[in-house]
Amino acid sequence: MSLADAIERFVSDGASVALEGFTHLIPFAAGHELIRQRRRELHLIRMTPDLIYDQLIGMGCARKLTFSWGGNPGVGSLHRLRDAVENQWPRALELDEHSHAGMAAAFCAGAARLPFGVLRGYLDTDLPAHNPNIRRVACPFTGEVLAAVPALNPDVTILHAQRADRAGNVAIEGILGATREAALAATTLIVTVEEIVDTLPPAMNGIVLPHWVVTAVAHCPGGAYPSYAQGHYARDNAFYKQWDEIARDRPRFLAWMQRHVLATGDHRAFLASLQQEAA
Amino acid sequence: MSACTRDEWMTVAAARLLKNRDVCFVGIGLPSAACNLARFTHAPQIVLIYESGTIGTRPDVMPLSIGDGELAQTAACVVPLPEIFSYYLQAGRVDIGFLGAAQIDRHGNLNSTVIGPYEMPSTRLPGAGGAPEIAQHARQVFVMLRASRRSFVERLAFRSSAGYLDGHGARARSGAAGGGPRAVITDFGMLAPHPESEELQLVALFEGATVEEARAAIGWPLQLADRIDTIAPPSAHELDTLRALHARTREAHARPVRIPLPNG
Repeated sequence: MSLADAIERFVSDGASVALEGFTHLIPFAAGHELIRQRRRELHLIRMTPDLIYDQLIGMGCARKLTFSWGGNPGVGSLHRLRDAVENQWPRALELDEHSHAGMAAAFCAGAARLPFGVLRGYLDTDLPAHNPNIRRVACPFTGEVLAAVPALNPDVTILHAQRADRAGNVAIEGILGATREAALAATTLIVTVEEIVDTLPPAMNGIVLPHWVVTAVAHCPGGAYPSYAQGHYARDNAFYKQWDEIARDRPRFLAWMQRHVLATGDHRAFLASLQQEAA
Repeated sequence: MSACTRDEWMTVAAARLLKNRDVCFVGIGLPSAACNLARFTHAPQIVLIYESGTIGTRPDVMPLSIGDGELAQTAACVVPLPEIFSYYLQAGRVDIGFLGAAQIDRHGNLNSTVIGPYEMPSTRLPGAGGAPEIAQHARQVFVMLRASRRSFVERLAFRSSAGYLDGHGARARSGAAGGGPRAVITDFGMLAPHPESEELQLVALFEGATVEEARAAIGWPLQLADRIDTIAPPSAHELDTLRALHARTREAHARPVRIPLPNG
């Protein structure tokens, strides 16, 4: 299935969508396709919104954001996220803000189809006062008071991975973040991959998402760029630094999105437009 | 020895606090530089954990992000992120957590969330990330933060991570497992909590820095410890090692990345 078809078929306006991948394997191609197809009112879920959610938020696709750290790693702010929170531009954004540990617990609970995740966390922080999704629960055995967060069960989780086989089994290598948990927590799982192979090599302890939990696989080489795919291409740290300049200014941001995302038909054309600009 | 910058001095001072067998939960920026400097100098067996899931990583260049490929390729193992927080940090398997922040108060509580009211902030900061639970569970926390009256404040706009709360044992009574912020390394030297009040006080100055300079940069009336140590300047070996690490890192980050455009 093509990525455009998968997005068309499985992601509707208003859906809760988790594009996971912690720095590594961020599904940029899928995020761009959501923008091209002008999805609206999305509830975006990601531990680290990163550049891809900065773009979706700046393009007005999101109503709500569930997250735990919203910066450009090693660089600074996500300016589109900041503009949405500070100035409601291009629209107001509801925040459901967590810590990494809290959000990880929420994904684990979601994957196990439990109602909430439990952790020793958020102690004496101001986050619970501003987020009714962070509560306290007493251990029924010891009485210890623990933090509780509702399970995260996205309507759709989208991942990027190195490879899938023709049956739809997906193998992921390298830094995983909460990809496995986000995948198993979702109602629908879409995966873009660098390559599709006849058979995956045996991976006794490797991370494999078996075919019956995977709804659709789309072959999309370079689909994580400017994030990276271990074994295929490196993270484009220079682009992450450059994004700080592009996203700082509304007209410059909109012009960049127009030229490289809206005016390109697919991810291959997106990559070609960046290559052309660099040449 | 050539003159060194305050960032270099802070990094070297922080690195010296680390011991060879420590298990460190590392953040990006100055803490990452300090931990790797320690590994390249006096603490070759230090275990570095980055929240992306890399355990025992030994990067040759510093990562720009918390999840660069270099961290995975040089790690003893890479585990799913939920395991880092539950099986390692929450389970009490981390000795030292290194944190930065936008603001710190006199009891070592940290803000990395907002300036201004939460619902209508004047500045939306990235948020807490791993910090609340690192601050809660790590046996000791070291904070690295450049000094100014905007960052060392009387009152935080938002408490993202707990230090000693209001001091005088409040943290211990709250049930936090970890020991809290034992050292704050900043431009002029180091602050540490008073044994009873748990208020951060000046315990050490970099050679050449003054008490007046320290007081001018801190937004509360800074108390002095009974004894103020002098932190020796970076040695030639420390400085050479740190600068070589930065040079390798700059070179690696400037290397153009091929845009992965498929053929055909």
